[in-house]
Order: sequence, then structure tokens, then C-alpha cells
Amino acid sequence: MATDIRPVRRATPARPDWPRLVAHVLLALCAVAFVAPLLLVLSASFSSEHAIDQHGYSFLPHGFTTFAYRYVIGDPTQIIQAYGISIFVTVVGTVASLLVMSMLAYTLARREYVLRAPLAFYVLFAMLFNGGLVPSYIFITQYLHLRNNLMVLILPYLVSPWFVLLLRTYFLSLPVDIMDAARVDGAGELRTFFQIVLPLSTPALATVGLLTALIYWNDWWLGLLYIDKSDLSPVQLLLYHIISNINFAASNSQTDNLASVPVQSVRMAIAVLAIGPIVAAFFFVQRYFVRGITIGGLKD
Amino acid sequence: MPAPTAVTEVAESPPPELVTPHRPKTVSRRQARLRSTLTLFLMGLPALVLLFVFSYVPMVGVVLAFKDYRPARGVFGSAWAGLENFKFLFSSGDAWHITFNTVFMNALIIAANLLVSLTLALLLNEVRDRSPRLAKVYQSAVFLPFVFSWVVVSYFVLAFLDADHGLVNHALTGVGMQPIDWYSRSGFWPLILTIVAVWKGVGFWVIAYLAAIIAINPEYYEAASMDGAGRWQQMRRITLPMLVPLIIINLLLSVSHIFHADFGLFFQVTRNSTLLYPTTDVIDTYVYRSLTSLGDVGMSAAAGLYQAFVGFVLVVLANWLVRRRDPQKALF
Repeated sequence: MATDIRPVRRATPARPDWPRLVAHVLLALCAVAFVAPLLLVLSASFSSEHAIDQHGYSFLPHGFTTFAYRYVIGDPTQIIQAYGISIFVTVVGTVASLLVMSMLAYTLARREYVLRAPLAFYVLFAMLFNGGLVPSYIFITQYLHLRNNLMVLILPYLVSPWFVLLLRTYFLSLPVDIMDAARVDGAGELRTFFQIVLPLSTPALATVGLLTALIYWNDWWLGLLYIDKSDLSPVQLLLYHIISNINFAASNSQTDNLASVPVQSVRMAIAVLAIGPIVAAFFFVQRYFVRGITIGGLKD
Repeated sequence: MPAPTAVTEVAESPPPELVTPHRPKTVSRRQARLRSTLTLFLMGLPALVLLFVFSYVPMVGVVLAFKDYRPARGVFGSAWAGLENFKFLFSSGDAWHITFNTVFMNALIIAANLLVSLTLALLLNEVRDRSPRLAKVYQSAVFLPFVFSWVVVSYFVLAFLDADHGLVNHALTGVGMQPIDWYSRSGFWPLILTIVAVWKGVGFWVIAYLAAIIAINPEYYEAASMDGAGRWQQMRRITLPMLVPLIIINLLLSVSHIFHADFGLFFQVTRNSTLLYPTTDVIDTYVYRSLTSLGDVGMSAAAGLYQAFVGFVLVVLANWLVRRRDPQKALF
């Protein structure tokens, strides 16, 4: 085989690019380390309880089994209910939040609006100083009486000053003559906003909408403070209760047969079910997160 | 930014068919203007009201810090307590302890985040032109933890640190060492929490710094390589100096939040383990606990006001410093 020599020669580069190779190795190690915890939990959810007791959590499941998932799905009411609450809160919260924030941001982007400057300061100051947990807590529970009301999971996050200012910056970057032309044609503010500004702003709306949806989906803080009925508990709060309660049950169960309940793997299976949608969505929406991060300053 | 001159052009030459000479111009314009102002105000109103209810009303509520709060009497009906709440807070020694933990842990996390994010951004920059796909994979992997909630992160950490089943203890016993009861040994937690915080948050900063690196004018690099500068030299003499302003601004903004701890990190990841409080109890967890388990509204309000006030001063100060360097990057 005369051609044998050729590939060997081609495979020997003129000069190995060591720095680049080192960079690749370091980055690859980092990438693996960053994903590893997810793999560990995933593997645990497919392990048998016995294997976890013997070998602990490991990256490859010992004795692969879907038992934990079947166990969870065997009595799905609680997790389905939690999913329902989370989906409701995320969808209603995100839509309402985008609507009220972009309307306010639009008014702050209208150069002719007399209240523009004072209202912009009103929004900004809310970002700089907040009364903290205690006054909000007393106000929401004692005066608004929102404890164990679904609205308490939505209302406090509806308006984020940061997002309002971000949307305003985007609206300010839209071509002014299009809006002026609309007004000359007799379109009112509402029509200009809904028919011209909003359709032109899908990139900004998508970015802010996804970040808002992420905040709602991932929230356990409002639930921890204001929800103590389990049928109103969103997914993240359910996860919190599971990690604090089951463990308690397990640590007291050395003597009785509670140990037969697959605590470890079931717990991890529920965690996987909770993060599944987020991980799936991550690959589609990553560029919006990136855009949200790299978006310019807030000044006009 | 589009050229603002476009406005005047349109205003100066309106299409002839739109000019309506019969209508009394001034009155209709004023009316139109009034109507437009009213519409704009109503459009902004829902958000303004929500901000009022959930941001401004609680600001008034900071008077709770000076009250002996009784639920039955309400916020304003409760008796004034003067500075009693603050006295109690500061004389117990808790204030110093939680302030130290908050500032110390935040400083650790800020420093670690800066170091790791800069390193990763520079490395990504080195590989991105030849292997854009791989660079994208690395970046995605590093950014992934950003989308997890702190509760989910606490599951991840537990899988590593669980006393009986955790990966770390199994590895320790595997090499003949004693397992460690992680959730009761507070000495390890400044390190553990820093690692977890960097793991979760650094992807954000990597993207921010990488975007800044990509924005650097490529002519600098062309000129440098023509002068014979290697990659290492280009990194040291061009990339890093060009990033310094951004680094300083980011540091100032981070430091301005040094009095606010990430509640989820300190509450969920530690699983609120009492034994870890010596190193992990921060102002935010302290306020939460005083309010929910002790029910001490006055003192937790005092701790919250102390935090909000110092935090506010720091933000204003940092903004003033940022403004002096680069007014574009200042918040206000």
C-alpha cells in the first residue's frame, strides 16, 4: 500500500498548536464539571434504592431502573397539581407582566410626554431602595390579605423596574419617523403602541418575556412566604417541601419499615421532572438569555 | 440609535393632503396633545400602581423598625419603640456577625466570579475563531446552571454532600478516609458556597466579558501581529487593558450590592442547617428567620432597614464613581 505514507505525513502538523490545545482541554473539563451535577441527579433518579444505599449517588446508575418514575407517576395528583399551579402562574404572570411593563416603557419612551422624566425617576428609585422583607410581608398578609391566594405568586413580580427601563431603551431605539408617520395618519397612542411599536419589538419582548417566565417558573420564595396550603404549591415549593420533609421522615425511620419507600431515587426523580421543561427550553431560548445579558446600557 | 434628525424632516414637510386648513389648528392641537397625555398616563397606570403597592408602600413600612408592632393594632396604631429594636439587634452581637458573613461571603464570590469568568472568556476567545461550534458548546455548558432555581441546586449539592449517599463521602471512604458530615461542619461552607455560587452565576459574566472582547476593534490585533506579537502578548497588552474599564464598573456595581446576600444560596443550598450558621448566616437569612420563626417583627424590620440603608448609600456611591469614569454606564 503505497498510499499509507500520505495520511501519516498529513497528520503531523508543521507545529502543534499547544496553547489552543490547552485552551480546549481546560474548557472541555470546565464544561463537563458544569454539567456533571445534572448528570449525577439524572443517574440517581434511574438507580434502584438498594444500589444507592450501597454505592451512593454515582454518575452511572447502578442497576438501571425506572422504578422511581413509576412510583411518582403511580400517585401523580400532587405533582400534577403543582405543575398546574406553576404553569398558570408562569403564563398569566408573563403575559400580564409584558403587557403592563411595555405600556409603561412606551410612555417613558415618548419624548413629548410631560410626565416622562418624573415617572422615569419613580421607576428608577424603586430599583435603588426597597423597604425589605418585613414591611412587604406585613403589608401583603395583614392589609392585602393575600396569604394562600394565587395572586400573591403573580402580583409582586409583575413590574420589574430593570425590565421596564430595558424595554424603554429598546423602544427609544426604534425609528422615530415611523411612529410620527403613524400619528400624522391619525393613529392614537394606543394604536401606535399596539400596531406599530409592539410588532417592531419582538426581539426585546421575547428576551424580557423569557427572563420573566424563568423568574416565575423558578420561584419558591413567594410560595415559602405566603402559601401554606399544599394544593396551591407550585413545583419549586413542592421540591423544597420534599427535600426538607422526606429527609426528616427517612432519618427517623431506621427502625420501622418506612425504609422500603424509595426515598433517595424518588426525590431525585421528582427533581428531574421539575427541571425537565427548563433544560428542554434552555436549548431553544439560550440566545435570548444571551441577548438579555449583552443588551446595552439603560441611558437614552 | 437612529438619526433623530428624521423627526424634523417629517415635521417640516407634511404630506399636503393631510393639512386641514379649515379646522382651528391651535385648539385641536392642544386637545390632541391633552388627549395623548391622558392616554399615555392611563397606559402607564397599571404598572405605576403595582410599583406603588409593592415597592413604595413597603418603603413607608420601614417605620416598623421604630415600632413595637402588635398585629391587632396595625402598623401605625402600634406604640413607638424609639431605637429599642436597633439597640437589641446591635447589642446581641448578631448584627456584627451577620454583617461580617454577608460582606465576607459576597467579597469571596465577587473575586472568584471575576477570576473564573475572565479566564473562561479569554479561553473561549482563543478557540472561537477556529472552532466556533465547540466554543458554543462550552459556553452553553457553562451557562446552563443559570436556569436552575436554588431549590434544584440544593438537590444537586445534596447529591454530592449527603452524609450517607453523597458522591464525595463515597469517594472519601473509597480511598480509606473518614466520611464527613458536611451539613454540620460550618468551616467548609465559605468554600462550598463560593464554588456553588460561581458554578451557578459565572456563565452570565462569561457571556458579558466575551461580548466585550468580541467588540474590540480587530485592527489592534492585526497591527500587533504584524509587529510580531504572539497570542499571549496580544492577550496581555490588548485584550486585558481594553477590558479594564468594564471590569472596574462591574466590580463597583457588585460591591454596591455587597450588603445584599442571595437568599436562595444561603438558605436552600445550606438546607438551612442550624449548625452552619456560624459561617452561613447572612443578613437576609437572619431577617427571614427573625420574622418567620421568632415572629420578632420590630427587630427583623430594624435589621432590614439597616441593610437597605447601607445598601442604598453604597449604590449611590458606586454610581457616582461609575459616573466619573463612564457616564454611559452609570445607572442614573
